[in-house]
This record gives sequence, structure tokens and C-alpha cells, in this order.
Amino acid sequence: MPVPTYSLRMEHISKSFGPVQALKDVTFAARPGTVHALCGENGAGKSTLMKVLSGVHMADAGRIHLHEEPQAFTKPSEAIEAGISMLYQELDLAEHMKVYENVFLGREIMSAIPFRIDAPAMIRQTRELCEQYGFRLDPEAPISSLTPGECQLVELLKALMRNARVIVMDEPTSSLSEGEARTLFGIVRELRERGLTIIYISHRMEEVMDLADDISVLRDGEVVCSDRRENMNVDDVVRHMVGRELKDYYPARDVEVGDVCLEVNGLSSEEGVEEVSFEVRKGEVVGMAGLVGAGRSELARALFGVVRPSAGSIRFGGRELNIKHPSDAIRQGMALLTEDRKRTGLCAGLPCGWNITLPNYERIGMKTLLKLAKERELCEQLGSKVKVKWEGPDAPANSLSGGNQQKLLVARWLMADAEFIIFDEPTRGIDVGAKKEVYTIINELAFQGKAQLIISSELPELFGICDRILVMRRGRIVGNFVTAETSPEKVMHAAAVEDNGL
Amino acid sequence: MNKFAKQLLPFCSLIFIFLLFAVLEPDSFLTKENLLRNVLNRSSVNMIMAAGMTFVIITAGIDLSVGTMMGMCGMVGAWAMLSFSGATWEQISTASNVDLSGGAIFGGILVSIFVGALVGALNGTLITRLKLAPFIVTLGAMSIFKGISLLMNDGKPMPVSSFSVLDTGEILNIPVSVILMVVVLLAAGFVLKYTRFGRYTYAIGSSVETAFHAGVNVNRVLVCVYSLTGALVGLAAMITTSRASSAQPTAGLALELDIIAAVIIGGCSPSGGRGSIVGTIIGTLLIGFLRNGLTLCGISTNWQLVAVGLIIILAVAADQLATRREA
Repeated sequence: MPVPTYSLRMEHISKSFGPVQALKDVTFAARPGTVHALCGENGAGKSTLMKVLSGVHMADAGRIHLHEEPQAFTKPSEAIEAGISMLYQELDLAEHMKVYENVFLGREIMSAIPFRIDAPAMIRQTRELCEQYGFRLDPEAPISSLTPGECQLVELLKALMRNARVIVMDEPTSSLSEGEARTLFGIVRELRERGLTIIYISHRMEEVMDLADDISVLRDGEVVCSDRRENMNVDDVVRHMVGRELKDYYPARDVEVGDVCLEVNGLSSEEGVEEVSFEVRKGEVVGMAGLVGAGRSELARALFGVVRPSAGSIRFGGRELNIKHPSDAIRQGMALLTEDRKRTGLCAGLPCGWNITLPNYERIGMKTLLKLAKERELCEQLGSKVKVKWEGPDAPANSLSGGNQQKLLVARWLMADAEFIIFDEPTRGIDVGAKKEVYTIINELAFQGKAQLIISSELPELFGICDRILVMRRGRIVGNFVTAETSPEKVMHAAAVEDNGL
Repeated sequence: MNKFAKQLLPFCSLIFIFLLFAVLEPDSFLTKENLLRNVLNRSSVNMIMAAGMTFVIITAGIDLSVGTMMGMCGMVGAWAMLSFSGATWEQISTASNVDLSGGAIFGGILVSIFVGALVGALNGTLITRLKLAPFIVTLGAMSIFKGISLLMNDGKPMPVSSFSVLDTGEILNIPVSVILMVVVLLAAGFVLKYTRFGRYTYAIGSSVETAFHAGVNVNRVLVCVYSLTGALVGLAAMITTSRASSAQPTAGLALELDIIAAVIIGGCSPSGGRGSIVGTIIGTLLIGFLRNGLTLCGISTNWQLVAVGLIIILAVAADQLATRREA
């Protein structure tokens, strides 16, 4: 059987939105049975290219060949029919339905009786597919009971059930813990063995280097590099992405750690935090590792007064604290940059400036009446400090890209001038340049003697920026490592031991 | 599209309707008497209530109870005026004419505003403490207020014939009710734009979770918003009572629809986080001109209802279309 050299060829693709040219004469080809990583900073054109592939956008110019057959998709359903499946960063599963119902959504198997769906057949087929690929999933489990990693598998099942030959994964690990991510990598390799083409989009360089057979890098709507993995290293890829040499991805820091700032003793909450004790010193950056669901964000919520602790004590700046509401925490000098930017971080439709000052009116002397000119000036100062790209404080927050929205939130908490700052997944889904700027700000804050707690699912990030790493598992702290004296393997072991993956 | 352009559409509609009637009925529509007395003065009640409703809708809430609340506040206020003037329950229930002292009138107005603020705060408390949808709470409250208004005097009005200050009273040739309206609108606009409370109102409507995580005492702000609306309803109730020379238990029935319509036409988003007092003024005037103009053209009130309904749907559809194009 002649195997075509390329399962997918996109040639000379161009696409403009109004005056903005998002793709300039892009040529991209992927081989069957490979993982092809697509890298680039936010706004480089990755999403646009994939939307052209999946029929969401029509290219202004260029051709698409699938298995050497020319295609012209005018809508997403045609691309799916041709064997192209997209797994988006934000999953779209029907929460209240079961696994098999989602897998067959819109293409249910009908039974002999008219208008009746054949549930047993759908369950059987779902189970067979799971067994074939080694997914540990109950076809009858409701989606709401699944972990993010398991939801990812359901999306994959959907794609496989439609006989997808090319699967695009957009930041598939952004909501997964390390353990879940490793399971997913195993599955990706399995799919590759079976001859599928995986187009893999990720900001996490370690994953890309680990998984990919080929790597293409987009910058400013153009392919700046496309080569076999073995011919490239991380520095090459990052250099192509940013178009400049990133000397050190994690900036160095030399800070003398001071007195204890925050001391937590036996803290428990109804959300599953169990007798957590730890301390963070002034100028210290403490990392918090753990699998998704280990209780890290829940701990942050208990510290910040989002939920009331059921037991334990918090000493902050030498005083016992009784925090009932986030406003108490803020007044005492704490800040929490939440994990979910859209839901708990931003007021998306409101001006950027309002988003920055929201928790800070008391601090900037506007307890009742606002001084608009002064507010504006302060916001502009902070905006340029965190290097946010915006049209100014009056632009609505949802007009910014993900990385810039995150910088906006960093600006918010810089204005609060808090003594203790919790960052929950501060670099999730933002590009390399913005990541580095966030790390620089964290270092600067450490230099100013602020105490910081960084919750992250990216171990390299924790190792790159933290003095110490705490590990949580099932609501408890199960490890406390000095970064310089430990290894990612040891931290992973602490986080994942007795955990049997998916 | 920026904020200014968003307001442009309702504003142009207002101008269009104004010019339309100016051409159709130049003799009766375009007179100072008609515009000042019939439209502006008549709109003052709606305007004052819509100012409060603007806050409620910006928080992504709704208050369906403002209409019947107005009836109830009027009844309670009139009863207070009569009681303060020494009238017996006998005299009140038989609707005998009682002379009201200036102090009693002032006291009655305060009572009406206070009762409005109180029941508004109750609405807000139920919404925040029991975590009920504003639609449900205020739907229930709407029925309760109507019941209480009718119970107060067995469904009969309470005459307060010497309470005319909010009807015919004038300061420097300007009706008192118009002055009250201007003061309320200026204050509401100021609060929304220049105070922390105003910002919190927008923030809650944009994302209640974000507001909470940023330390906003969401419950307290919401109770204040509903209470503020109630207080303004209490004030509007007194203007209506003064105009009718008596408190009608059925005053304000179905008025909530006009109020909500005006606020939505003015560009407030029912999903919260967007809206302004200027928009509400435009929306209220638009409905006012429309009603007035159609009456002058000899079109029945029944057709006016149809016209107002169409305008609401058109306004929201146009706004959505513009927003979608922008995205």
C-alpha cells in the first residue's frame, strides 16, 4: 500500500481580517503517524491556521490537501466529515450528559423502533473504543463527575468515533496535572503508532520537545522554521518564536529571605483542605505543586477568605488573623491572583482601568469619591510597569489578549501593594514573552521583601522561580523541598505516589 | 464601537421620534405647554423610578415590584399624612376630607420614601441571603405589595386633597416635580460615575465572582441598590399621589414594564455591567414622546402599548446586532 508522504498539506495559505494580515503565505505539511508541534507566541497565527484547517475560517488564498486530495471546507462539519478533528483548549462537552451520549452527540445510533436511540449499542461501541486505546473511562459516567483529564479523553473518543485522521490538540495539558498529562502523552503516542497525524499546539516547551517528531514555528503569521525534532533544541524553538535570544528563560534572583510573614497552622476547610501547616518568609517565593484536585486552589481560597476555614489558624505579620471575606484579606495586605481569569479575575466588559483599581479604592485614597484623573494616571503608570499592550485604561478588558489580561491582573495586585501574594497558575495559556515578564515581576516583588506563594502545574516553572516547593496531595501538604536540593522526579513522586493516574 | 456610539442609536431614535411628531402635529406637539407640562412633567415619575432601575439592571438584576410598590408607598404615605394631621381611622376609612398641615405632608413624604427603602432592602436581602433570583423575589413582592395596597383601605383610595405641592407647586416657575427629577438624575449619574459604590455596581453586574474575589461586599452593595430603588419609588409615589389628590391602591400597576423598557432602550444590558443615566433619560423621554405624540395623533392607548413593545424589541435587537458586529 503506498503511504503518501504527507497526510496533510496546506500550501500558500493567506488570511486577513480587515487590515490585519493574520497569515502570510503559510505552507505547512504533516506526515502520517507523527506528532507535529505547532509553536508560536499568542497572536502568531496558530489558531487562525487551525481555524482555516477546520473550516471555521475560509482562507483568502491557498490550498489544503488531505491525503493528497484537494479540499475546500466551507464549514466545520465538512472538515469533520473529511477526518479532521479539533480539541480546543476549552472543552465543549454537555456537562449533564453521560460519556457515551457526548461521544455520539448529534450522530446517535437509532434502534429498530422509530425515534428511539439504541443506548446499549452506543455504550458497547464506546467501551470497545476505550479498550482499544486503553482509556480507563466508564461510558455511563456523567461528564460532571470526570476530571479535566478524563474530559480530554472523551473529546478524543468523539474524534476517534468520527474516524478522524488528523487531530489538532490546542494546549491539551493546560488544565491537566503532571500525572494526567503523562497519561495523555502515552495516548498521543499510541495514536501516532496507529498512523494518525497529531498537530500539537502548546506553550510548554518541555512537552513539545518530548513528544514531537516535527516542529513548525509561526511568528507574525509566517512559518519561520519547520524541521525534524532531532535537528532542534529548546533554545532554537524559543529563539524562532520570539525572534530574539532568550538568554535565560527564568531570570535569576538573589534575595536575602527575611522573617516569617505568613504562618499557617492546621488549616482545614470544607472544600477538602486537611490540617495544612506551612510558613512563608519575607522575600521568599514558595511553590505549590500537586495534581489537579490536590486542594491547592482550595487552600488559596481558605487563606483569602473566599471560604471560611473550618479549623486552624493563620498568623500574618505576627498577628492572628480572622478572615471572613476577601475584603478582610485585602485590607490585611494579602492578594490572590486567581486561576480562572475569566470567571473570578476580570470584569471582562469593563474598562482595563476599572479592573486594576477594583480592590484598591481604599488604598489609593478613594474610599467614597473617585478622582478619575488620578485613577487614570495611576493605571497608566502600572500598565507601563507590567508592559501591558493596550489602547489605554479606557479600553475594555476583553479587548486584550490572554497574556495582557494576566498582566492587567498583575497590575491590579501591584497597586494593592500586598505583603503576601498568592499566584494561582500565573502563566496558564500565556505566551513565552508574557511568561518571562510575569517571572520578572515575581522576582522584583521578592526583592521588595514580599512573601509569595506560586501554585503551578508546570514543574519546570516552579523549579525555575521558587526557593522552596511544597507538595499537596488529597488536601494535605506531603512534601516540603528546598528547590536547590531536590529534583522534579522527587517532587512528582511526592505528588503522585499512591495515585494511579487516570 | 465605543461608549459614545452605543448611546448614539437611542439618541438618534429620540430625535427621529421628536421630529416625526413635530412634523405630524406641529400645532399641538411643538408647544412649550405640551413639551414642558405633558411630556417632561409627566415623565418625572418614570424618570425618578428609572434612575433606580438603572442601578438594578446594571447589577444584572431586575425589580418587577416597583409598580405595585409605588401604589403601596402612596397608600402608606397618604395614611401617614392623614394620621399626622390627627385624622381618626374612622375619617380615613370613610374618605372624609381632612385638612393637612405642612408638617404632616412633609412627614408623609418621608414615610413613603422610608417604606420604599425598607421594602427595597427586604427584596435585596432575600435575593442575597437566600440566593434567590431577583426575578422570582420581586415577582412575589409585586403581588404582596398589590395585596397590601388593596387591604389598607378595603380597595378604596385615600383622599389627600390639600396635598398639591408636588403637583402644582413651582419654584422659579419650574414645577417642583421637575426639580426633584433633575436632582435625582444628577445625583444618580454622579453616584454611578464618580463613586466607589457606582463602580461596585458595574463590577457586580459584569462578574459577581470577580467582584467578590476583589473584596467587594456583594451582598451589602446589592441590598443598597434595591433599597435605593425603593426609596426613589417612594418619592415617585408621592408625586403621583399629589397629582391625583388621593392615594390610589392600584396606582403604578404595570408601570414596571415602562420603567424597565425605558432603561433597556437606553442601552442597559439585561446581562449586567453596562448602562448609564444618560441612556435612561433618553429611553424614558423616548417612551414619553411616543405616548404623547401618539395621543395627539388620536391613536388609542391600546395601540400605544403595541408601539412601546415594538420599540423595546427593536432597541435590543439593534444593540445586539451592533455588539455582534463589533465582536
